[in-house]
Amino acid sequence: MTVLSTTTIPSPAERSRGEFTDVVCAEFAKLRTVRSTYWTLLIAFASNIGFAALAAAVIAPKLSTHDRAQVDVVQLALAGIHLSQIAYGVLGALIITGEYGSGMIRTTFAVVPRRRTLLAAKALVFAAVALITSTVSTLLAYLTFLASLPANTLSGTSFSSSGVLRAVLGGGLYLTVLGLIGFGLGVVLRSSAGAIATLFGLLFVPPLLLDLLPGSWKTDVGPYIPMQAGEQIFVAVSHEAAALAPWTGFAAFCLYAVAALLGGFLLINRRDA
Amino acid sequence: MIEAVALSKRYGSVKAVDGLSFTVPSGQVTGFLGPNGAGKSTTMRMILGLDAPSAGSVTVNGRPYTGYRRPLREVGALLDAKAVAGGRSSRNHLRWLALSNGIPTSRVDDVLRQVGLASAANKLVGGFSLGMAQRLGIAAALLGDPPVLMFDEPVNGLDPEGIAWIRSLLKALAAEGRTVLLSSHLMSEMALTADRLVIIGRGTLIAETTVAALIAEGTGNYIRVRSEAPDELKSLLLARGAKVETEADGALRVTGTTLDVVGGIARDRGLGLLELAAHQMSLEERYMELTADATEYATDTAPLAALTGK
Repeated sequence: MTVLSTTTIPSPAERSRGEFTDVVCAEFAKLRTVRSTYWTLLIAFASNIGFAALAAAVIAPKLSTHDRAQVDVVQLALAGIHLSQIAYGVLGALIITGEYGSGMIRTTFAVVPRRRTLLAAKALVFAAVALITSTVSTLLAYLTFLASLPANTLSGTSFSSSGVLRAVLGGGLYLTVLGLIGFGLGVVLRSSAGAIATLFGLLFVPPLLLDLLPGSWKTDVGPYIPMQAGEQIFVAVSHEAAALAPWTGFAAFCLYAVAALLGGFLLINRRDA
Repeated sequence: MIEAVALSKRYGSVKAVDGLSFTVPSGQVTGFLGPNGAGKSTTMRMILGLDAPSAGSVTVNGRPYTGYRRPLREVGALLDAKAVAGGRSSRNHLRWLALSNGIPTSRVDDVLRQVGLASAANKLVGGFSLGMAQRLGIAAALLGDPPVLMFDEPVNGLDPEGIAWIRSLLKALAAEGRTVLLSSHLMSEMALTADRLVIIGRGTLIAETTVAALIAEGTGNYIRVRSEAPDELKSLLLARGAKVETEADGALRVTGTTLDVVGGIARDRGLGLLELAAHQMSLEERYMELTADATEYATDTAPLAALTGK
């Protein structure tokens, strides 16, 4: 075969890297060669750090003495998560729905016919990128918060204070798992608009519904709804009686991601591309 | 070699592909033909494991496509040239393809050069014309140096230089012993490029044949002869069992005999001939004739079997 080969291609047996590693490398190459990845991550960084500075310099000094005792320092410092979670959710969904939108999914499935291997690689690459970037951004956000906070406004802000380090790192965990829910929904729904709308419906609608329902619902069901359960991991010291413990809440949040991903893994081989 | 056995695909009550069996041998360019909606693209998607067959099977070099862990080294395919993410450069697009199948990324620039896209390597694919997208799709197909290649309408959007290039490329690939399957609506293109033809209509096989055999068995082949004594020549030919019709300009349209026979009769009887020519049906006309039959006899398989010569 001479017309084509100007480079000899080693046979798979001659190569040390496994199939899964190859697919992971390919998915990482995909993720870092489109601008949307950088835009969403830039928005997430700007939001996390910007809101942290704002919370420290503008909101914290205006809090009443009573509010200062009630507010959670990390939750206040990471107020930017309310915006950056949208960036991670959208990015998680787009890494698969973007391919359905452009039709490139057919190329992807043709070059990696083991679709579950592909999904696992996509999920792994996204989770790694999301965890690193979100952890760095929440850490930077909290340091910015500390640097911008006027003296003697809040107590228990140091990393050695109860729950602070766990909560700051927890912000990154929350954003990563939220992105994975978006990814799972993207695999199931195969449409960017559908996946993003469903994800944010799932996050923002239940709290609104619970407000309309009798109070017992709020205490019985409320703690388990996705956002309520998930955000406990970035609260240093909770003042809500009904809230789940940080790791329990986070585990419940992870179950939503597991359900979405499981749905995707079950459906991916049953469908034509 | 690609082998389809009783391949079927049903979408609800619609049979897109219905019991299709054919073989694409190596070392030749095989043309895959059929009218719109005949099931060509569905069949190609099933070959690549994108759509699961409702029944039957198709294998590539003896194995189902989905059994290959690094399929780019086995099968290079261009299905839909525009089905690429527009936000990536052509080099980056080929790079992830290479990585996914453990192909050295040094191959990327090789194939870009080969398809004439070296100068557009860093351009975003979204800004590509259809012709450039086709070239990128062909580059992707060549990336793994595969023994089997499949192209769905590759000349779409290519300029004449590009068409001439792909024609010679396909022939060169087949000459190296590779299996080349090419779908096209352009019969004239097939006549120039393909050795064998697989013709389908309404999801079933109409003919699996060679280009030469297809033309030879066409019903539209005849001899046109203009003579100084047409009536006398006509009765002589009829006496020999040929079928003769008189055309508007007085020429005779003769079937059921050969040029040698007509010429011989005229010489023996001293009849002056003004014109004597074999009119061979074009591949295009023959193709129309075949696919018209497919529509007409869609519920009756016997005439179709007769056409395939089996």
